[in-house]
Amino acid sequence: MSKSIEIHRDDLASKTGMWFFLLTEMLLFGGLFVVYSVYRYRNAQAFHLAAQELSVVIGTINTIILLISSTTIAMSITAIQKKNKKLALLLLLTTILLGIAFLVNKYFEWGEHIKEHIYPGSAILALRGHGDVLFYGLYFFMTGLHALHIIIGLVFIGVITVKILRNKINSTNFVLLENSGLYWHLVDLVWIFLFPLFYLIT
Amino acid sequence: MENENNHIIPYRTFLLVLTLLIGLTLTSVALTQISLGALTVAIALVIATIKSTFVLRIFMHLKFENRMFSIVVIAVVLLIALVIFITLLDYLYR
Repeated sequence: MSKSIEIHRDDLASKTGMWFFLLTEMLLFGGLFVVYSVYRYRNAQAFHLAAQELSVVIGTINTIILLISSTTIAMSITAIQKKNKKLALLLLLTTILLGIAFLVNKYFEWGEHIKEHIYPGSAILALRGHGDVLFYGLYFFMTGLHALHIIIGLVFIGVITVKILRNKINSTNFVLLENSGLYWHLVDLVWIFLFPLFYLIT
Repeated sequence: MENENNHIIPYRTFLLVLTLLIGLTLTSVALTQISLGALTVAIALVIATIKSTFVLRIFMHLKFENRMFSIVVIAVVLLIALVIFITLLDYLYR
């Protein structure tokens, strides 16, 4: 009886919707990159010196962590297509753990700055001049917004993992997994630009 | 509407791309640590662009999707680049 009711499903539309959302995300971060370019142009010296205080080592480790996590979630789609549920779950769990590792690194990184009284609104930071205030304002806002996306991505992937466990997502219906992957890759893409702009170009 | 997505990307492809991406990251770190002046910005951005192309085309499947997806993504990237360009023109020649 219930089998005769076909629920309409349109994977292409689902993916198109996700992509359009991702385009708005690109514009959101794009706007911030415009602000970054202008402030950097107007405060070249201060940005140059302030950027040297960020740890290239932690930045590089976090970049590699995100790249690996992007690979594992991409591979989980292949696993689910090949009906290998166990491997898909394992890969998603790895992705979640790597995402948490990224946040832990970020926590210690921010902690170091805050211990040195470098945070938006700090009186000691204000003494260092306008350029430093702008640099760290952008740094905390952009990496913070990025970290928020990581947290949302982790929740999204967590929900997907449960759905796979319950066989709601399987080898014939995995567009949700693909969409969570797209979101996670976008977070990775943003970091690919944040990393050189804040840590490398000094 | 056809919901079958039969394109399966082999695990090996993803691992190959990952190796490439990590290689590019380390290259970009190494190159920017040497002082190259104004070139540093250009090098870092070119490498970041190459990396994102791999992420978009392979990880995000754009290479295997309808071309419309690639076109809109490129359009948005160009729009952001154009806005940055015009804004900087304003500040440079004010």
